[in-house]
Amino acid sequence: MAEIQLWGALAAAAGGHPVVEIAARDINELFRKLAERYPATQAFIDQGVAVSIDGTIYRDTWSQPLPDGAEIFLLPRIAGG
Amino acid sequence: MGFDPKYTGQAFKSVGTRPLRPDGFDKVTGRARYGADFNMPGQLVGRILRSPHAHARILSIDTTRAAALKGVKAVITAADLPDLTNGRADLFNILDNCMARTKALYDGHAVAAVAAIDDATAEAALALIRVNYEVLPHVTDADEAMKSTAPLLHATCFTKGVEPKPTTPSNIASRSQFGHGDVEAGFKEADIVLERTFKTEQAHQGYIEPHACVAKVNADGTAELWVCTQGHFVFRQHCAELLGLEVSKLRVTSSEIGGGFGGKTHVWAEPIALALSRQAGWPVKLVMSREEVFRASGPTSATSIDVKIGVKKDGTITAATAELRFTCGPYVGPWALLGAMTAFACYDLKNVRTVGYEVLVNRPKVAAYRAPSAPMAAFAVENVIDELAKQLGRDPLEFRIQNAATPGTKSSYGPVYGPIGIGPTLQAARAHAHMAAPLGKNQGRGVACGFWFNFGGQTCTDLNIAPDGTVSLTVGTVDVGGSRASLSLVAAEELGIPYERVNAIIGDTSSLGYNDMTDGSRGTFSSSMATISAARNAIKTLRERAAKMWDIPVEEVVWEDGQARAQGEKHNNLAPLSMAEIAAKAPKTGGPIAGHSELVADGAGVSFATHICDVEVDPETGGTKVVRYTVIQDAGKAVHPTYVEGQYQGGAAQGIGWALNEEYVYGADGRLQNAGYLDYRVPVCSDLPMIDTQILEIPNPNHPYGVRGVGETSIVPPLAAIGIAVSNAVGVRLNHIPMSPPRILAALDRQAAE
Repeated sequence: MAEIQLWGALAAAAGGHPVVEIAARDINELFRKLAERYPATQAFIDQGVAVSIDGTIYRDTWSQPLPDGAEIFLLPRIAGG
Repeated sequence: MGFDPKYTGQAFKSVGTRPLRPDGFDKVTGRARYGADFNMPGQLVGRILRSPHAHARILSIDTTRAAALKGVKAVITAADLPDLTNGRADLFNILDNCMARTKALYDGHAVAAVAAIDDATAEAALALIRVNYEVLPHVTDADEAMKSTAPLLHATCFTKGVEPKPTTPSNIASRSQFGHGDVEAGFKEADIVLERTFKTEQAHQGYIEPHACVAKVNADGTAELWVCTQGHFVFRQHCAELLGLEVSKLRVTSSEIGGGFGGKTHVWAEPIALALSRQAGWPVKLVMSREEVFRASGPTSATSIDVKIGVKKDGTITAATAELRFTCGPYVGPWALLGAMTAFACYDLKNVRTVGYEVLVNRPKVAAYRAPSAPMAAFAVENVIDELAKQLGRDPLEFRIQNAATPGTKSSYGPVYGPIGIGPTLQAARAHAHMAAPLGKNQGRGVACGFWFNFGGQTCTDLNIAPDGTVSLTVGTVDVGGSRASLSLVAAEELGIPYERVNAIIGDTSSLGYNDMTDGSRGTFSSSMATISAARNAIKTLRERAAKMWDIPVEEVVWEDGQARAQGEKHNNLAPLSMAEIAAKAPKTGGPIAGHSELVADGAGVSFATHICDVEVDPETGGTKVVRYTVIQDAGKAVHPTYVEGQYQGGAAQGIGWALNEEYVYGADGRLQNAGYLDYRVPVCSDLPMIDTQILEIPNPNHPYGVRGVGETSIVPPLAAIGIAVSNAVGVRLNHIPMSPPRILAALDRQAAE
């Protein structure tokens, strides 16, 4: 069971919880379980959510494993110039 | 894909050298083909009719007289671009921005377009189109647009990100918030709390080459688009979706690019050119004028920002907050959100909160501009940091070093940092000779920091070995700053061959798998990962072919210095095989030799910079001259140091223009008053000093060579560094960008009156 930290807008969609506990092997499973528990988060996932795992940001690699004890932080998928 | 990150202390032969770029000769001799340099047989001239009103309901459009004009082959309005977006709000906004559907939302918004046999006929046709407008009240300022009494752009806009959901519409499209800790408690711990408000005006990326394309839609459903873009695969996707084309049947070729900086990440005129060609049955060339680029492409946000920071007497920051109000144009974007994420990213803060508001106004749709939104946020935060240091009697640089983020710091936007370079850039600034140089009369010095995320993305690369052993490298990320040279160096490094034996090109959308745009400082970062992967795949095949030629097990063949070598005592007498020798035998050993790679280049390392700036301000005119400028930035690993330095200098030069002169000026009628380079003044060579650079290399552990993106961070500190320098020169703090001569004189007058 990992602690998943959510940024403000996503936390609002997750019932106002800034931290949720979800058991997931990888990002794909994390997103699936998050949307199952909090359906309002699906719109954010569809729009793009980045996952910071111990400070490294993953935008697209949904197969990335979530190691035990890792700091996991969900962030908006950012734009660049 | 994962790499073994054995980058530390890696001995490079090609990476880190400075060969000439392969596209340089054509560019300096005028032979490079940019967007407007391409022509198709029988092509027509496309022109766009634009709204003269900042906000107006379109009651009717009569195109009958234009369509009847001899030589006119197509006339389109929004009715010819039916809504195929299937409820996707982001795509609908692109469609509505390309051609206004029910309302013109800014001065310059496209309302109709024509294709004709020549310029004169196209211009005459535009003059024959009759648009019946109901002019509406407009708003262009962020703070004004947030008021409940402001003219409303969209009656359907209810602020997202607030609970409970608002019951009345407004121009505030969304609210975002970041931070941690207890800021109220943190401010109570502080000995000094400083709160300031800042404004920055809207600036354009100022790329030299206007948007240009040639479009051809065929009767069989296939289509071609030649276009100046930062991302031809993304343009293909958007154009195909907006026009109902099959994606694979639209072939998009990217031209050379005369600057983009984020402004060429969106489609503006391209869907219109395709729609005109579809109606006319002939190719259509559409080139935007400079005036159109200013009025109707995507500048950056205008902003209004409040910053509050509390600090103890020992220099420890106890709490920090910021409220950021960013204009988006008429359609929501993530611009205040990015400002909120980046504002305090340089610092180690126990208590921090940032709130961003995306504000809709009657200005063009905002596009990314190089580290989008971070420069404005840094301008506000760094000014307060500087002022606090002075109130504490501390050197501002030492104050920053005391509070800088380090590996393990919880960032202000959330996650904990891994290896980062803010501390080393500050230390390098402290040790730099620039900091000890004396200042003259009316001169001031400013120091400021900046942060940008960088990112990777989908990337596809082909590496083909020719029969003579030379290498063709085809990449899908548009070369905006010398990446063909950098990627050739990477291929040469992996293969162990000279740089000159690699020829890199940008493939069109039909020759490679999908590639994300060249944005987010990802071009060299992402495509170098894919190039390394492709080269390693090619080396595997080369070893297999050498083993066949020698008739020995492939496990006994190694690749060293561009040659296959047989390992083991029993093979001692075998001479190495070169790439040319292996390639010459390829037809008999299994056919062509190539390496391919398709990957998602995640794991881009974040980037930090510290800038030092000296200015001289003429107290009579308010004119400012930048007399010395130094950029210190972490590159992870500089693949081609000259082009890394070029990115550092380019960002600083754009920041200097933005800080001192560049500004969208709107009249009371909501019309842009300075849509040209005579009145919107970007810096020219004579305005700039030699911009000194210092490359730091703190490796990114997620790239096999330690590379970080370098293209954007260099524009983050300049607004603040110059602002602080000007304030130090004139003795009064400037809180409004640009610090043009009238604003500086007004500040001096206010100071004299106090």
